[in-house]
Amino acid sequence: MAKIKGAVVVNVERCKGCDLCVVACPTHVLALQPKEVNNRGYHFAYMQNPESCIACQSCALVCPDACIEVYRVQE
Amino acid sequence: MELNDIIKPENRVYQKPRLLNDNHMHYCPGCSHGVVHKIIAELIEEMGLEDKAIGIAPVGCAVFAYNYIDIDWIEAAHGRAPAIATAVKRLQPTKMVFTYQGDGDLAAIGTCETIHAANRGENIVIIFINNGIYGMTGGQMAPTTLLGMKTATTPYGRRVDLNGYPLRISELVAAVDGSCYVTRQSVHTPAAVRKAKSAIKKAFENSMAGKGTSLVEIVSTCNSGWKKSPADSNKWMVENMFAKYPMGDLKNV
Repeated sequence: MAKIKGAVVVNVERCKGCDLCVVACPTHVLALQPKEVNNRGYHFAYMQNPESCIACQSCALVCPDACIEVYRVQE
Repeated sequence: MELNDIIKPENRVYQKPRLLNDNHMHYCPGCSHGVVHKIIAELIEEMGLEDKAIGIAPVGCAVFAYNYIDIDWIEAAHGRAPAIATAVKRLQPTKMVFTYQGDGDLAAIGTCETIHAANRGENIVIIFINNGIYGMTGGQMAPTTLLGMKTATTPYGRRVDLNGYPLRISELVAAVDGSCYVTRQSVHTPAAVRKAKSAIKKAFENSMAGKGTSLVEIVSTCNSGWKKSPADSNKWMVENMFAKYPMGDLKNV
């Protein structure tokens, strides 16, 4: 069976750290930065477990600020 | 496989819609408005309505909607968006005219315009964001506020004897003959977002086909007004709002 690998890119300056993508992710890929903040002072989202991403786009669909891009490859 | 091999333009499956511009949205973190803006921008792009879409922005949190979606917009007086949409659609019948209103705008001051526009069967789309509170002005009680819900003006919870019952606008609009499609959706999970998108798409198609007024109610959250985190607001909405405002199509002719 072909394996699907995914990755997301978060537009850090647009992200407001609302945590909705973290909750929506079924494979627990995303997390909010514990200490680092963007220019507006928000703890932005990042890929904590990049190898688990399956490119399901759940995070991008629920993101209110459209700051997530999703990439998908089939190995 | 390294991340650099995955993150390439040819592998991209989802990105910010082209019509949603780069302005930083003024909405609070986790606000449902952003998701609905994104759906509308995606749909207008997918349906090729870029030159035909005219939006009517309300008074409320979405008052700056014209700053975020790159189409033609008109800013209406408080609650009067369906009246302006009527004029625009009658003068330019080939355009796709939609209003984007919150519950303070549509369900309180604009009830008359909304019901009469629907009763006349104007070929417009009304997108109604229902979060049960006046978000922009600081969380006062709206007609759609649930019984017992605490707001700035009902600090001990909404009471029937003092404040009356929550108003279900979609049921009212579904009851008049001019409306063709009335549905209630939400945007709190990926599945709900996809369903809401297909509902708004159907409404846009109805407007272009001249079938009558379509109303898409989006039950949404106001985490600042509700004094909760965005994730907790979604949970609270599922537990409390959905009982009073059940999901699904109310009318589809």
